[in-house]
Amino acid sequence: MKYAMETILLALAAFAALLGAAFAKDSQFGAHMWVLFFVLTASVIVLMRTSSYAPAGVSAEDNSPYMDGPVRYGVIATVFWGVTGFLVGVIVAAQLAFPDLNIEPWLNFGRLRPLHTSAVIFAFGGNALIATSFYVVQRTSRARLFGGNLAWYVFWGYQLFIIMAATGYLLGITQSREYAEPEWYVDIFLTVVWVAYLIVFLGTILNRKEPHIYVANWFYLAFIVTIAMLHIVNNLAVPASFLGSKSYSLFSGVQDALTQWWYGHNAVGFFLTAGFLGMMYYFVPKQAERPVYSYRLSIIHFWSLIFLYIWAGPHHLHYTALPDWAQTLGMVFSIMLWMPSWGGMINGLMTLSGAWDKIRTDPIIRMMVVAIAFYGMSTFEGPMMSIKAVNSLSHYTEWTIGHVHSGALGWNGMITFGAIYFLVPRLWGRERLYSMRMVTWHFWLATLGIVVYAAVMWVAGISQGLMWREYDEQGFLVYSFAESVAAMVPYYIVRTIGGLMFLAGALVMAFNVYMTIRGHVRQEEPLPGAAPAIQPAQ
Amino acid sequence: MDYTTLRQFADSWALLAMTVFFIGAVIFALRPGSREAAEQAAQIPLKED
Repeated sequence: MKYAMETILLALAAFAALLGAAFAKDSQFGAHMWVLFFVLTASVIVLMRTSSYAPAGVSAEDNSPYMDGPVRYGVIATVFWGVTGFLVGVIVAAQLAFPDLNIEPWLNFGRLRPLHTSAVIFAFGGNALIATSFYVVQRTSRARLFGGNLAWYVFWGYQLFIIMAATGYLLGITQSREYAEPEWYVDIFLTVVWVAYLIVFLGTILNRKEPHIYVANWFYLAFIVTIAMLHIVNNLAVPASFLGSKSYSLFSGVQDALTQWWYGHNAVGFFLTAGFLGMMYYFVPKQAERPVYSYRLSIIHFWSLIFLYIWAGPHHLHYTALPDWAQTLGMVFSIMLWMPSWGGMINGLMTLSGAWDKIRTDPIIRMMVVAIAFYGMSTFEGPMMSIKAVNSLSHYTEWTIGHVHSGALGWNGMITFGAIYFLVPRLWGRERLYSMRMVTWHFWLATLGIVVYAAVMWVAGISQGLMWREYDEQGFLVYSFAESVAAMVPYYIVRTIGGLMFLAGALVMAFNVYMTIRGHVRQEEPLPGAAPAIQPAQ
Repeated sequence: MDYTTLRQFADSWALLAMTVFFIGAVIFALRPGSREAAEQAAQIPLKED
């Protein structure tokens, strides 16, 4: 029987979850174990229903040179979680503008906000990274994924992690560490999945038939290894009980804060930057059909990013109890990051040199170019905001939110959309996408949404920062805190509209991807300039 | 090993080792003759799928 062992293990895990629910120390853990039990039981049923009972040895083995099943599922998961995460983002944005939308206890801002951040970073971004890394490492190594069904374990295990994290937040289970909210038992499970991911990726590289390891794989590998290190160290905690949802961090006070922001900033540096740069170094040359502008620059880009990023975390703790030297260290390394970031941006953009017309004619290239432009802009803005004088104005204001979204929506979102549009026709063997005009629509909805969002958050953040530091001639604060909150309302409403535009673009993409997978091709006028007019012979 | 020892090691030998490795990596990337190897490597994604 196919998947016999997997089915048995899943059934045992479901039983263990049931025991966890029965003997839970606290009601939240019990509820969480019920969720796990139902998810695992449903998986067992699905596996049993899809089992084939062919005799051993007579199996329809997949003999294609590359293993693309997990990549296909990963692309679908990326689209699904992307739409979900953007939708939750719009909801939390609306909750800030209209506080009545906070529905206690499960759907208030405090619980939905980590759901939004985890859904977009780990569910949307993470699935995009896993799927593209599996695609890229096979093509650039000319080897099939290592470990057979281990790649499937990575995919489904990661989805289970997402479900456990998301339902945990709604139940109020959190260790209150930004971007690392899941509690100890979910963290341990993610560690196991991540090690399996490392084994699949590294094994494929070791099996490669191409003598050189292409630079995109360097970035992907740095992302996988560093995230493993960050995740383990930041989540070192002692559970308060074996079957309870509460744990206490191994560190305390300012060490704990620094560990958290060493993790938090490097999650940006290695999850949202290094991993997505791996995407850039493969998909931009592929879509532009020309090699990367300077391969040697890409190697220097890699090493400088690796050596500088890891020290930048303390800039999240300016003017706190963190020692002054550590704050300055974080600031100086953040400023030094300007160089590799802009080196990488120039390298990505200049890959198009000699083919700039593609920006006009190819909406996928346009998406990638805008992504790289946002990479350059947000990596300029970030170091600037890490300068202590600037930070004293920008920190704790909406400016930070605007900065994060110009990076996340602009850079991570757009490069992922570009990669999805590149992958879908190839993975499902379609001649082309269902509609190129819809890609253009997605491009403009997303770009305008980001511009609205970021511009509004700049104005909101700087007003907020200025209001907080406004003194009168007698040395009293001019504004109460509540006044600075009330001043934000119009910005929050416009920000929600920006987010809605971005979400609308993602829905257009989801429809386009769905129709492409189903094999439809939309009858439409070709894009202007797409088919060059034939020149008469001179 | 206490904090002070670790701190002194970090801002002396560890710092030196990392700086030397980084400069070495940059020099290696730009070494004479690397251009051709780099141009071949850059073609990897564009070869047949």
